[in-house]
Amino acid sequence: MAIFINENTPVLIQGFTGRIGTFHAQEMIDYGTNVVGGVTPGKGGTSHLGRPVFNTMKGAAQETGAEASIVFVPPPFAADAIMEAADAGIKYCVCITDGIPAQDMIRVKRYMRRYKKENRMVLTGPNCAGTISPGKAMLGIMPGHIYLPGRVGIIGRSGTLGYEAAAQLKALGIGVSTSVGIGGDPINGSSFRDILEHFENDPETDAVLMIGEIGGPQEAEGGQYARDNMKKPVAAYIAGLSAPKGRRMGHAGAIISAFGESAPEKVEILKSCGVSIAPTPSEMGSTVAAMLSKMQKVA
Amino acid sequence: MDIHEYQAKELLSKFGVPIARGGLAYSPEQATYRATEIGGSKWVVKAQIHSGARGKAGGIKVCSNDTEIEKAAEGLLGKKLATHQTGPAGKLVSRLYIEEATDIAKEIYLALVMDRATERIMVVASAAGGMEIEEISAKQPDTIIRVSVDPAVGMQQFQAREVAYGLGVDPEIINKLVPTIMACYRAFRDLDATMVEINPLVITKEKNLVALDAKMSFDDNALFRRPHIAELRDKSQEDPRETYASDRGLAYVGLDGDIGCVVNGAGLAMATLDMIKLAGGEPANFLDIGGGASPERVAKSFKAVLKDKNVKALLLNVFAGINRCDWVAKGVVDAVNDLNIKLPVVVRLAGTNVEEGRRILDESGLTVITAETLAEAAEKAVAAAKAA
Repeated sequence: MAIFINENTPVLIQGFTGRIGTFHAQEMIDYGTNVVGGVTPGKGGTSHLGRPVFNTMKGAAQETGAEASIVFVPPPFAADAIMEAADAGIKYCVCITDGIPAQDMIRVKRYMRRYKKENRMVLTGPNCAGTISPGKAMLGIMPGHIYLPGRVGIIGRSGTLGYEAAAQLKALGIGVSTSVGIGGDPINGSSFRDILEHFENDPETDAVLMIGEIGGPQEAEGGQYARDNMKKPVAAYIAGLSAPKGRRMGHAGAIISAFGESAPEKVEILKSCGVSIAPTPSEMGSTVAAMLSKMQKVA
Repeated sequence: MDIHEYQAKELLSKFGVPIARGGLAYSPEQATYRATEIGGSKWVVKAQIHSGARGKAGGIKVCSNDTEIEKAAEGLLGKKLATHQTGPAGKLVSRLYIEEATDIAKEIYLALVMDRATERIMVVASAAGGMEIEEISAKQPDTIIRVSVDPAVGMQQFQAREVAYGLGVDPEIINKLVPTIMACYRAFRDLDATMVEINPLVITKEKNLVALDAKMSFDDNALFRRPHIAELRDKSQEDPRETYASDRGLAYVGLDGDIGCVVNGAGLAMATLDMIKLAGGEPANFLDIGGGASPERVAKSFKAVLKDKNVKALLLNVFAGINRCDWVAKGVVDAVNDLNIKLPVVVRLAGTNVEEGRRILDESGLTVITAETLAEAAEKAVAAAKAA
């Protein structure tokens, strides 16, 4: 069943009729995603790509029974679109939009807390390549053909680095259950830890690859979650090991940033949590392969 | 985006943060004129650069007459000032802020930041303001006061009171400190800041409160709705290579090495720099051309990277999705021809239509070095740069 989406999940496109929305909607339909319609305020009642267009998410969700949505709305209006999806009862939302103001995302996160956890929408992104359950459904902008269907879960901040990982896995004959982009923004819908929990509970995933970056506490949190709560093995690569110490203004960043925000510190923490580390970005695939063969020996 | 101290003070004072009298000067003559305007008998001449720790670097001079002011101004204007926050290259001083001197009784540290862990605006304060604040926060983290603000209702008075009482100031200061903290919060929220820092916030011998220094940074993603903040950008404070690239919509960070990098996606770009280092080379830059690597963007990126005269080899690493490899390859061929690039160019393409992309490069007649994997690309680029 993979996580979040499969071939049956009914999907709405927010920002359906725009140039970008149209292009990627068609790609997703071609991949086999069950796109049931879309929303563009002002174009309700028309049809686009052979599917109905609605003015509001609530109307669209009621008419189509959609469970997931993907947001292509421009940055000034994207936060509003995410909150509209949450209010319409959408269960899983991917936001592709890059460039959303941080304070808008703070408001989005706060708004979503008004729903009880069991009814709360899961948001991944913004500023991500989306989510794909290979061979089943694609809710994103990735090239679907580089993913082989299989049993490894991928969580990554960066889109293209995630493609790199998927291609390395495919070259080794290793397939992916679901690949989830959580986005590169400082404030994002779901963290590594949040997605690790879904993979741990997914019977179709055997192991997970985390692809992190410098900055922020989420990679370290993910490692601690894996150590304390997961039976499935986790591998990780952290980009930015060679990044120079950034120039900066003032002291505030240094005061609030805890240990574990630089790439070497993240690697150290993840290692101590039992996570297998890919030492270079060209060894993401081989690190996962080694982890899987170790699992088989144990079994 | 960062702004200067004088700009931050002007913005904050509109929200109610108390500041000392001061004025801007571009020349020694203007500096003495400002001092006369301000009045008094003691002034501080402050170099305006986008950095803290200016005092330790000699960027702040206390003066008590025109001759001293002129001398200080002459010594600072047109020079580069290097602090431990700017790095050794330093930043150009082209503006001075002349301010009346303040009689300091006590220095407080007050900042508001976007906290990634709580995903909220957080107030950070310490009773020990001044230059050693980072040391204090590392050695005695418990002495730092932190209050996070619920975005649904905004900062509340009681939270500002908690901070103010936590700082242990005299009772008569509390009534000035609470509105100052609230003012900083409103400025942060209403201007889409990512940081407000007042260090030090001074209690004077006359029991007044004065923001002696002020720094603000802003969310680049929100500048579209803050045009008056966007106008405050001072390009002279940026790496000229970065200014050139950002004016063309490219995310570029200048580094010190000799391998120019053009990559699609920030994560893959960072990973590419990691691979270059591992292969024994030094990248000249970080450059993310974004998800869609159109031929125009490839050409623009090559141009931006070649602005750096230290570059001895170029490395293009593109993992193509919708931007197919054949399309990217055409862009590379056009760019190398149009820009008449003589440097070795290493190209690694992966993803959609990769065979077609490689064929275009092979048949172009150009001496483009192709690589199949990330590791191979990095090794070839390092070898090319060393041979050049």
